[in-house]
Amino acid sequence: MPTISKDDIERALEAWADHLLQGRAARGSAQLAIVGIVSHGDVLARRLVQRLTAAGCPALYGAIDITLYRDDLDLRGNRPALRSSHLPFSTDDLHLVLVDDVLSTGRTARAALEVLWEYGRPARVEMHCLADRGGRQLPIQPDYVAFDLTSAAADKVQVHLSELDGSDDITY
Amino acid sequence: MNPRKDLITINSLSDEDIRTILASTSAMKDIFTKSVKKVPALKGKSVLTLFYEPSTRTRSSFEVAAHRLSADVTTFTVSTSSVVKGESVHDTIDTLMSMKMDYIIVRHKNSGIPAVIARHCKAAVINAGDGAHAHPSQAFLDAFTIQEKYGDVAGRRVVIIGDILHSRVARSTSTILRRLGAQVAYMGPGPLVPPRQHTGIPRFTNWEQIFEWKPDVIYLLRVQNERIDTPFFPTADYHAAFGVTEERLRRIDDLNLSIMHPGPVNRGVEICDTAMEYRNCLINNQVENGIAARMSILYHLTPQTQCHD
Repeated sequence: MPTISKDDIERALEAWADHLLQGRAARGSAQLAIVGIVSHGDVLARRLVQRLTAAGCPALYGAIDITLYRDDLDLRGNRPALRSSHLPFSTDDLHLVLVDDVLSTGRTARAALEVLWEYGRPARVEMHCLADRGGRQLPIQPDYVAFDLTSAAADKVQVHLSELDGSDDITY
Repeated sequence: MNPRKDLITINSLSDEDIRTILASTSAMKDIFTKSVKKVPALKGKSVLTLFYEPSTRTRSSFEVAAHRLSADVTTFTVSTSSVVKGESVHDTIDTLMSMKMDYIIVRHKNSGIPAVIARHCKAAVINAGDGAHAHPSQAFLDAFTIQEKYGDVAGRRVVIIGDILHSRVARSTSTILRRLGAQVAYMGPGPLVPPRQHTGIPRFTNWEQIFEWKPDVIYLLRVQNERIDTPFFPTADYHAAFGVTEERLRRIDDLNLSIMHPGPVNRGVEICDTAMEYRNCLINNQVENGIAARMSILYHLTPQTQCHD
């Protein structure tokens, strides 16, 4: 089973934060906010915000649970457990970067967009992910991908992050 | 949690069910801080409130909860319904089934009616209080309020004061608190408190015993005159013997105890006016948490009405 190591992820996060720093001019006066989708996107968003802050580019941090906005709640026998969201600011006029660990069908991203609009009207929203495994079912494309696994026949991409799973790696 | 259609009693739930509903209650409360205080989880679902007994708080709490989940809510008011014209509960169920409701929230003066309705329909049925039997949504909001205040229910000591015998709140709330690892005691007029050998719950007869027991929470019940055929006692005597008086409030304050009450409050009977303003009076927290707890309950039940037949 192919594995992306802790060091690979570390380097990818560095490049990712760099990319966000490079975008500073293009964002103009809009305040940057990094919003992660619970439960792995929020961990990545937190790490990115830490790196940006260290590089002198502070960004707002948010986390959203999209469960109540899923389009398949009725198709399931039981309801998934809910987790807390943390978005203590209005999204009005923000330059918002939505972060998730794996992008696939695009349904999670769709739900996340619906959530964001209930907190205000962002100036711009970008979609960033650690791994893209393809299989899109909606007209949603990422603005930034750290690991492109679309050609890897990657039916099962598993992202592990030390804060939640004890170690950093991606298997597929 | 495993798929579950109805919520009739706390004891019908597994420990995992209880913990899941409590955990989601916290997430539901996050919704109240959004500018749009609503989520689409139950969009297109129909919720009926069927109250055979008067209630403002519980019914409106369920209605607000359903609205915040984007469900459509219909209120079936007994005084304007066919029940006063003699329609039986079974005929009412048939009527409700034809209306294709997904969730039915029932309150009835007789124990067991919500369970009967649940057995005969595909809708998810929530018991909003049946006789002196059970009031599970109250139990969840109480447990959540204590968890929010103290971080955990386990290890806390809660004394429930009042007419325990006729109280579905005492029954459901003490059940959930004990399931979550709290210790519960009862206090009230002798004939209205079941003996310890029946419940396993210590029974006190006066406030001195309560203070010696070192509780964290004083949980007051409403004196339910409407549930007692002949009044057992004049209200002034009740206040002096069992109520939170000004003097007892000072000790409660010194000991930093919390006060809870399911509402509506009889001021001057269970509780003095000053206690309503007391810094650790959690009554308003209970009301707010009631909406979140009921949202969590509605969300976690799965009606059988989605099967296309």
